[in-house]
Amino acid sequence: MSPSLALVLVVGVLVGTGVYLLLERSLSRVVLGVTLISNGVNVLFLIAGGAAGGPPLVGTTAPEDMADPLPQAMVLTAIVINLGLTAFVLAMAYRSWQLHGHDEVQDDLEDRRIARRAALRQADSRTDDVGSDLQAEAAEARDETEETPLGAEEQPAAHTPDSTAGGPITGGDR
Amino acid sequence: MTWLLPLPVVVPLVAAGLALAVSRRSRAQGIISISALAIVLGVAVALIFVTHTAGPQVMGVGDWQVPVGIGLVADRLSALMLVVSALVLLGVLAYSLAQGLADGNESAPVAIYHPTYLVLAAGVSMAFLSGDLFNLYVGFEILLAASFVLLTLGGTGERIRAGSIYVVVSLLSSILFLISIALIYAATGTLNMAHLAERLAEVDSGVRLLLQIMLLLGFAIKAAVFPLSAWLPDSYPTAPAPVTAVFAGLLTKVGVYAIIRAQTLLFPDSRLDTVLLVAAIATMLVGIIGAVAQEDIKRLLSFTLVSHIGYMIFGIALSSETGLSAAIFYIVHHITVQTALFLIAGLVERRGGTTSLEQLGSLAKVAPALGAVFFLSAMNLAGIPPMSGFLGKVGLLQAGFQDGSALALVGVGAGLLTSLLTLYAVVKAWNKAFWQEAPEPLPDARVPRTMFGPAAVIASVGVLIAVIGGPLYDYTDAAARDLTARTPYVDAVLVHGDRGSGQSSDSSGGDG
Repeated sequence: MSPSLALVLVVGVLVGTGVYLLLERSLSRVVLGVTLISNGVNVLFLIAGGAAGGPPLVGTTAPEDMADPLPQAMVLTAIVINLGLTAFVLAMAYRSWQLHGHDEVQDDLEDRRIARRAALRQADSRTDDVGSDLQAEAAEARDETEETPLGAEEQPAAHTPDSTAGGPITGGDR
Repeated sequence: MTWLLPLPVVVPLVAAGLALAVSRRSRAQGIISISALAIVLGVAVALIFVTHTAGPQVMGVGDWQVPVGIGLVADRLSALMLVVSALVLLGVLAYSLAQGLADGNESAPVAIYHPTYLVLAAGVSMAFLSGDLFNLYVGFEILLAASFVLLTLGGTGERIRAGSIYVVVSLLSSILFLISIALIYAATGTLNMAHLAERLAEVDSGVRLLLQIMLLLGFAIKAAVFPLSAWLPDSYPTAPAPVTAVFAGLLTKVGVYAIIRAQTLLFPDSRLDTVLLVAAIATMLVGIIGAVAQEDIKRLLSFTLVSHIGYMIFGIALSSETGLSAAIFYIVHHITVQTALFLIAGLVERRGGTTSLEQLGSLAKVAPALGAVFFLSAMNLAGIPPMSGFLGKVGLLQAGFQDGSALALVGVGAGLLTSLLTLYAVVKAWNKAFWQEAPEPLPDARVPRTMFGPAAVIASVGVLIAVIGGPLYDYTDAAARDLTARTPYVDAVLVHGDRGSGQSSDSSGGDG
């Protein structure tokens, strides 16, 4: 059995564009990417099922002309699962927009703090060896204190999405 | 006794529906979920006896013969995993119930918590019991969907941030798994694992290697094997303590379980063992070095979780009976100890108001029992001699020596180094949080006894595994023997005569 080239191309295009979208930071694009990829995979299942044939009913179709019903059952399951998960990601993107005014996936706070600490240490050694500038050090010290305290983002922000449509709403916009 | 098989999946699912129906009465919800999980535990214990004495049990769902219909299979490995997971699920549920009551808020684990938790339980059981790859995928999706909801419970900013990374990575791993299922079906025309064990051997070896890589990639993301583990320490620490505990204990282990099945049953020629060994060593070392650098108990524990996944992968990658047996033993030990530690971290947060090691202190004075349980579990994790962690690690190191290849010996060295560094990391945490004077006086909070109880019970189960270490090792040896021999599983699923013929017992048709 050789699969149809058109179907293979469809899978390639769907998965390719899906992967591209999945690399974005915005959650709504990620949703689109996941949807495209899972549709691509569904078509892949159809290819895996072999050539098209008659309905797989005993008595209606001769056994050798039957289409393989199993991939279709599996695709059906996969579609249902993806529907649910897509709905969840959409809800999450909306919630993220409610809280932050955008739906971009953000860096881990702790990771960023560790990175900043490393950067600070590097800056320190540079200002130490040449006659260090008080002002530069003061700038760095202030930078550190301006960091949002860790617990500040814990409270859910009060949100009225329709009154302040789009703009960054209160709460930890990090 | 095959009627026992669907119960661990069906009972929690039905109970989830019931719990949703009574969502306004949290006490009724609690009773429903506790009794459902108790039934699962009972069934799992019964399954251990049945599979241990009578061999693997197979049930065709809807009375369709297995190569065609959906099959549920329980062998020694899955029965053991079911028992441990039911135990942990029950303990964590008791803890979260107590947390709701202790907060003085009757509906405190929000109404959706119990149904979702039960769905998670059903997904975990289904992943352990399913006899074919597609149902394994469905089991994964059930538990993933439930875990998404649990992780973003309440929808606070921090949880949404952590949750989005977790969700996207999980979706990616599911898609990889689904693609490999499609490719395997295209190559062999079946997805039943026993059937695949026979048919994959006939597939061209290059194609087989590709299928194996695809499958392992998907599983390794779920199991958090380095370099696919970066998502875990980001997402776990933000969730509520009981949720983190059950995730840490169970979800990654489901991935490890899937890797065991794939490596032993589907691809026994194991051409990827070297790759897995290297990945195991890297997972151990990178994870534990990350843990040493952390200043927050929950993050520190998440990194040790990643690191100790490396031990199990090490045992699997040795692909010897001793290695597998030790890996299974280590899974049992690690599920209990890691869950206990995360529960204790939740109690520490409650008592000290924070999980940051910089701000905690002198907890040993104000909560000595908490200190003792944390110390015990931490030592167990690091593998101090009389405890179960030690037994598991010794088994793995023995298996490494038995293998004798240079890479296995490097793995043994990495394992020793990792357990030393684990000891360093947890002792540092213990010193800072419990032993040293607190920089600021601690808030005046109490640790409720009802929350401490379940944590202490799970922690002591983790320690007591050492007491039954001998019989347990006998059991895991038998399980590993079954896995490497493959014939008990395959013969049980494909009854001779029916093998590969795909005949349904329901000859008059039907709506299956």
